[in-house]
Amino acid sequence: MGAGHSHPLYLPGTSVVHRLPAQVKIVAAFLTVLCVVATPREAFPAFAGYLLLLVAVWVAARIPPGWLARRALIEAPFVVLAVLLPFTGPDPRIEWAGLSLSHAGLLGAWNILAKGTLGVLTSLTLAATTPMRDLLLGLQRLRAPALVVTIATLMLRYADVIAAEARRMRVARIARGHDPRFLWQAGATARGIGSLFVRSYERGERVHLAMLARGWTGTLPAAGAAAAARVDWARGLAVPVVAAAVAVTALVTT
Amino acid sequence: MSRHVAMHMSDGIVNAPTSLLFGAVAILFVGWAAVRARADLDDRTAPMAGLVTAFVFAVQMINFPILPGASGHLLGGALVAILVGPWVGTLCITIVLVVQSLLFADGGLTALGTNVVNMAVIGVFAGWGVAVALRRFAVRSRGGLLATAFVAAFAGTVLASLGFVAQYALGGAAGATTGTVFALMVGLHALIGIGEGVITAVTVGAVAAVRPDLVHLLRTAPRPAAVTQPAGRGDGSGA
Repeated sequence: MGAGHSHPLYLPGTSVVHRLPAQVKIVAAFLTVLCVVATPREAFPAFAGYLLLLVAVWVAARIPPGWLARRALIEAPFVVLAVLLPFTGPDPRIEWAGLSLSHAGLLGAWNILAKGTLGVLTSLTLAATTPMRDLLLGLQRLRAPALVVTIATLMLRYADVIAAEARRMRVARIARGHDPRFLWQAGATARGIGSLFVRSYERGERVHLAMLARGWTGTLPAAGAAAAARVDWARGLAVPVVAAAVAVTALVTT
Repeated sequence: MSRHVAMHMSDGIVNAPTSLLFGAVAILFVGWAAVRARADLDDRTAPMAGLVTAFVFAVQMINFPILPGASGHLLGGALVAILVGPWVGTLCITIVLVVQSLLFADGGLTALGTNVVNMAVIGVFAGWGVAVALRRFAVRSRGGLLATAFVAAFAGTVLASLGFVAQYALGGAAGATTGTVFALMVGLHALIGIGEGVITAVTVGAVAAVRPDLVHLLRTAPRPAAVTQPAGRGDGSGA
């Protein structure tokens, strides 16, 4: 992570998509994924349509497809369920390459894979075009409780510090010959987490005192998140509008 | 194998109405937690909760060995509940999930509601409920505290996976019967829960040895006199 301004998935740029206010992008991304999720699984062309829509956004944002593909693979969090579904699903079954696969299970797996992948790609697009600070301001504009936004701001500011501390502890353990392989050897790591908590908490107490010394009143000074112009909303929401059109077409035709 | 894989729901596992329903439930609970967390931490709320959230975030990046070739990481629901209380704990885990979803494309945007309900609400409060139920053993001895933390983390993990099963039964992407998903998820999370329990117990034990005053479960016990009694225990002067 950078100096607290960026995050690993951010791809700096000045495209139309980058310049849209974050709250517009968050809402647009959420609505788009919602359309994807609401699409019947048998409407195969619709999913190609969503992919095309995302490709159009990537072209506008100048995100190289290879950049996305690598990260989509690394981040792919699902599939435990998806892989098992064809084998555990109900009858009728299809014989394929010597395997007996459930028809409903296959469809279920496809459903999770297709929607999950489109979801990850949408999230990646949002993350790639929005710096961390803007995302927080966007959440604030979307009326997230001020306390939550403040905690998230401080958390992101100190996440690198605490993570680096955790890494130093790990290096220190390894330097002393720590090489655990089994759960019952995890004691040193767990005690490390215990001291990491104590250090984090005590750091929190020091940070709080330092903030008091600088005039902390309990709320962050109002950050300058400008309200999004109507043009911005129109531009940003064009994406979910197209997605909704695809979803409605798919619902009607299947 | 990462434990993360199983619990973090992606988009498309449950349908749109279920996603929206649990999104609304999550917003209600987190709003409530935000109000109650203030009472737990007063004007220190934001800095302390921010640092504890950063701690949870870092903890989820620390891998534990389970068997050669297999490792996992802590989910941390019961751990934060025991250390900072359920309200601040819910806020911390929620913020970690939101940040992971928005910044790291980890866990779907529409699945955020279900993930928050499972891990930040059920995971934290189930762990806390069990911990409070067993608190009289926890304040009595170090062994009692460790056992309480283990059971709380185990129960929190398994009950969080039951949340997943309930959501799947309600609006799952079908393809598997609820019974199959139940057996799969609960079986898997019973195993994961053992790891979670062991790590949580040792971690809580380490904190209690150095700064027992930081353990919310002990601090809020009805008879605080019993808390500071583990005489003869090294108080971690080396830390």
